[in-house]
Amino acid sequence: MSMLQVDNINVYYGAIHAVKDISFYVDEGEIVTLIGANGAGKSTTLQTISGLLRSRTGSIEFLGKAIQNVPAAKLVAHGLAQVPEGRRVFQQMTVEENLEMGAFTQPNTTIAPNLERVYEQFPRLKERRRQVAGTLSGGEQQMLAMGRALMSGPKLLMLDEPSMGLAPILVEQIFEIIQRLHKAGTTILLVEQNAQMALSVADRGYVLETGRITLTGPGKALLADEAVKKAYLGG
Amino acid sequence: MSILNNLINGISLGSVYAIIALGYTMVYGIAKMLNFAHGDVIMVGAYVCFFATGQFGLPPLAGVLLAMVVCTVLGMVIERLAYKPLRQSASLAVLITAIGVSYFLQNSALLLWKSDPKVFTSVVGTGSVKLFGGELTITHVAIVTVLACVVIMLALTWFTGRTKMGKAMRACSEDKAAAQLMGIDVDRTISMTFAIGSALAAIAGVLLCSTYPSLMPTTGSLPGIKAFTAAVFGGIGSIPGAMLGGILLGIIEIFAKAFNTNISDAVVFAVLIVVLLVKPTGLLGKAVREKV
Repeated sequence: MSMLQVDNINVYYGAIHAVKDISFYVDEGEIVTLIGANGAGKSTTLQTISGLLRSRTGSIEFLGKAIQNVPAAKLVAHGLAQVPEGRRVFQQMTVEENLEMGAFTQPNTTIAPNLERVYEQFPRLKERRRQVAGTLSGGEQQMLAMGRALMSGPKLLMLDEPSMGLAPILVEQIFEIIQRLHKAGTTILLVEQNAQMALSVADRGYVLETGRITLTGPGKALLADEAVKKAYLGG
Repeated sequence: MSILNNLINGISLGSVYAIIALGYTMVYGIAKMLNFAHGDVIMVGAYVCFFATGQFGLPPLAGVLLAMVVCTVLGMVIERLAYKPLRQSASLAVLITAIGVSYFLQNSALLLWKSDPKVFTSVVGTGSVKLFGGELTITHVAIVTVLACVVIMLALTWFTGRTKMGKAMRACSEDKAAAQLMGIDVDRTISMTFAIGSALAAIAGVLLCSTYPSLMPTTGSLPGIKAFTAAVFGGIGSIPGAMLGGILLGIIEIFAKAFNTNISDAVVFAVLIVVLLVKPTGLLGKAVREKV
């Protein structure tokens, strides 16, 4: 059984049909990526899984439980964490307070060891623990958003455009971190516009086009696919 | 000495405004709405304390606590019934609803308790401290009011800065969707903010009526509007801003009154206009970048 099983979801913004009958799955231990152009429905799909948006049809199962009607705030406790698009760190709170918020659903005794673990992954965050998050650079904020999501000890980490707005060198760094987290045992669902990077780290990928999945396959195979190359890899 | 007397009276009145303004500013910070019924919750708190201590002979402290309990429940009920269904609506709809709730409370009070002013018995007695051979008089009410204000300020600072729930409140006020992704129940947090603000309103009502003992269904209306002004003056959404704005506003009002009773309110609002022209975010307010 898959860790995450999404079946036939349809999501609307008012009259706009943003996600059309999408189905896919993520197995435990995988990195799966959804790629596609801006507006293809990638973020909408992710937000529907995390409960911020609702699908009109279909089902979403996580670890064997139907979660399509579970409120977003309850999902963290199920082992699902999302790093939202645009990072969305709490700008006026300190780095450490942001991380504490990530562990909001966790018992108080696990906060300290989780903090240590996150600081180990992101030494930069430890240096800046007392600093207000709004003063961090874009790359640091991305690290903070990822660290914050990890504070709940998620089984599945969903990342929404982690490379957005970052300099190429930072993009490399963020992807190294993603691979490191994956090696440490976290299953990852990655939404990216940067198809090159995403497909090169992913076990499997799905290509979204105007709300539909048009292509799927192993990451490497999609990287080599002529249609994908033409549409998303600049040649 | 009269300057010092005025200053003390100003700080005392300003402390009441500050306590009310905290309710406005916390609710605004988290629910992004102006709860214009907040002033009338003050009035309800004062009536509860009035009847508890007068008719039922409870000790003053019990009266205050009862008023806090009633107002806390009232605030949460108002939020649940009137504002929560409008969470996704335009802010204008919420604003008009808040004005409606304000009238509802005033008229309910009119029905229940009639329009004739009640003479509120001060919860701290009518004593005073005389200094400099009687030239400077500080009432016990003024001392208690200022102390209450300081204690509330410290308590709120501790709560929002140190406790998990308080931090969650700040997280919600910054970004509700992100807060939800952390597992924070936004609805519950908003409800709790209303509870805290309304409990503070009860305290403010009791202190206000202990200083100015005439209690009517409209008693909370003007102090409510002035405290709202104070919150905007200090920077709406900012807790220290509400404190600073409230106290400054009280001082300005008392000095203006000493100069000419008729124009004191005009002076208060003129100051607000000037401050907003010079610094639109208020004294301690931060410019909010709209997210796109």
